[in-house]
Amino acid sequence: MNLFCVGLSHHTANVETRERFGGHAETDCVLRNAGCTEALLLATCNRVEVYGASEKRVSTDEITRCLMRESENTSAVGDLRYSEVPPFYRYEGAKCVQHLFRVASGVDSMVVGETEVLGQTKKAYEKARASGAAGPYLHRMFQRAFRVAKQVRTHTEITRGSVSVGSVAVDLAQRIFGHLSNCKVLVLGAGETSERTARALVSRGVSDLRVSNRSIDRAHDLARLVGGDAIPFEEWPEQCREIDILITSTSSETPLLTPENLAPMLRDRIDRPLFIIDIAVPRDVAPAVNELDGVYLYDIDSLQSVAEQSLALRRQQIAAAEAIIAEHVADFVDSISRGLNRASQPSEHPFVGDSSLRTSEL
Amino acid sequence: MDRTLLIISTVCFLAAVVHSVIELRAGVFRPMRFNFFAVGLGFIFQTAFLSIRGHSVGRCPLTNLFEVFIFLAWSVALIYMLVGPAYRLSLMGAFTAPLVLLIQGFALIAPIDIRHPAKVPANPWLEFHASISTVAYGAFALACIAGVMYLVQERQLKTHQLHSIFYHLPPLTDLFAAITRLLWWGFVLYTFGIVSGFFTGQPLPRVQVVAAIAVWLLYAAILQGQHLRRIAPKRVAALCIVGFSAALTLLWGITFAAQMSSMP
Repeated sequence: MNLFCVGLSHHTANVETRERFGGHAETDCVLRNAGCTEALLLATCNRVEVYGASEKRVSTDEITRCLMRESENTSAVGDLRYSEVPPFYRYEGAKCVQHLFRVASGVDSMVVGETEVLGQTKKAYEKARASGAAGPYLHRMFQRAFRVAKQVRTHTEITRGSVSVGSVAVDLAQRIFGHLSNCKVLVLGAGETSERTARALVSRGVSDLRVSNRSIDRAHDLARLVGGDAIPFEEWPEQCREIDILITSTSSETPLLTPENLAPMLRDRIDRPLFIIDIAVPRDVAPAVNELDGVYLYDIDSLQSVAEQSLALRRQQIAAAEAIIAEHVADFVDSISRGLNRASQPSEHPFVGDSSLRTSEL
Repeated sequence: MDRTLLIISTVCFLAAVVHSVIELRAGVFRPMRFNFFAVGLGFIFQTAFLSIRGHSVGRCPLTNLFEVFIFLAWSVALIYMLVGPAYRLSLMGAFTAPLVLLIQGFALIAPIDIRHPAKVPANPWLEFHASISTVAYGAFALACIAGVMYLVQERQLKTHQLHSIFYHLPPLTDLFAAITRLLWWGFVLYTFGIVSGFFTGQPLPRVQVVAAIAVWLLYAAILQGQHLRRIAPKRVAALCIVGFSAALTLLWGITFAAQMSSMP
């Protein structure tokens, strides 16, 4: 029995190509037309992959044809010819197992350590299992992949930190205040980014949210959307005595908040930190404000920098994740091998041996 | 036998430190289980040592500088185990273990374990005074550690340079709440310690009393400033480090003076 994976991903194909293949094929097609014993289709925005088990070797061309045949039925890819098909990669045996473990763990993802792919893999597996396309071989391999993903998440820092500007802001707020349910938030400027950040904070438990904007009507609109209260623009400086988090994104050409006008307001709240998220360009808050005791100022560049640090931290963890994966791949291969030795009919068991460990990329 | 227990205990704390350093260097920092287990095991051996030593000297084992240091290290470990899990300060173990290792290692290496024949019979007030004061120092030590953690966290937030350890530190406000509680515990215990000193029935050396009251006043000022919102949390954290350094110096001075006076 051969275990294999054929597919394309963000590593090998651009988004235009990926969207031509994503979601068109069905596992039934692979089972019926390519001659696989078991098959599973994993289609996400970053990859389209077919995992299969077969008695005889199924060529990559067969799998590609299956994916194409479905593709050709849609108008978007109607003009795609076989000769134009981008290089599909193919992994067999242990390499296939390793690839699946890397995919499920988020090591192979575009944003290293993202966990969404695990959910998508589980869904794909459930779908294949329910339709009967996934049998004992894929079952064992995917169940182990879910275990590996969990272990990688628990024993490495690969999912640590936030990698988008919005989530970094919310994450930092939680690092400063812990639970956000008692935090008072002022949104200054009713722009789209403010709205997104405010919504993210509300989703983490913030209930006291105030919105201030030069146009009071827009302030009311945003306040209604995020479940807050509108404050007249001339009253916002006074709010700095009470609030814990300030999100500012006005179109002011000069800084609205400077150390000179903020310092007197901080005297009454010396024991409470003030977290300022300045997403305006040009900036609404003078950088020197960050020098004040208890004030933590993050502008768009520093939020981006934190996101990049998190991503770098995650990348550093790839080696640790690969070590866990390698251990599981060896163990999985070994367990299959032991099963083979016990069995009377070797053909009932998946690959073992060097010959099956080859990888080819077309 | 008792020193062997202490060496084993020190190895446990050393293991916690080495584990933390290795994980920090690898960029993977998960101090929870291992550190708590290592500190807990070290604490058990410390307790066994103090118990054997207590039976041996026939009183609370605070008869020389060596025993005072071990009792202090034991108090730090005890309060960490009481406070750490309750306030989600598991990372404190990574900061506690080096401090305990330093105190205990120094006590083991330095030639300070000098047995003195007891000049006076065991005095319950004196023992209460010495032990409660040492436990208070333990609370101040933990406040000092929480202060270091606060400053580390604060610095990273200010400079926008977030390292792996940042994601394991408790939120700033939680850390400050823990510092405040530890300061109050230490302050109350220390007050009991000072007051009980007046009931020992022994002549009180003026310099030591003045120094003890100066440390008490320093902590009272920190708490008062914090309570009246006159001192920013960052300064409270820094003052915790200053306060503990002063308290440790005083403890050293008192014990050293006591040893000198007991020498024939």
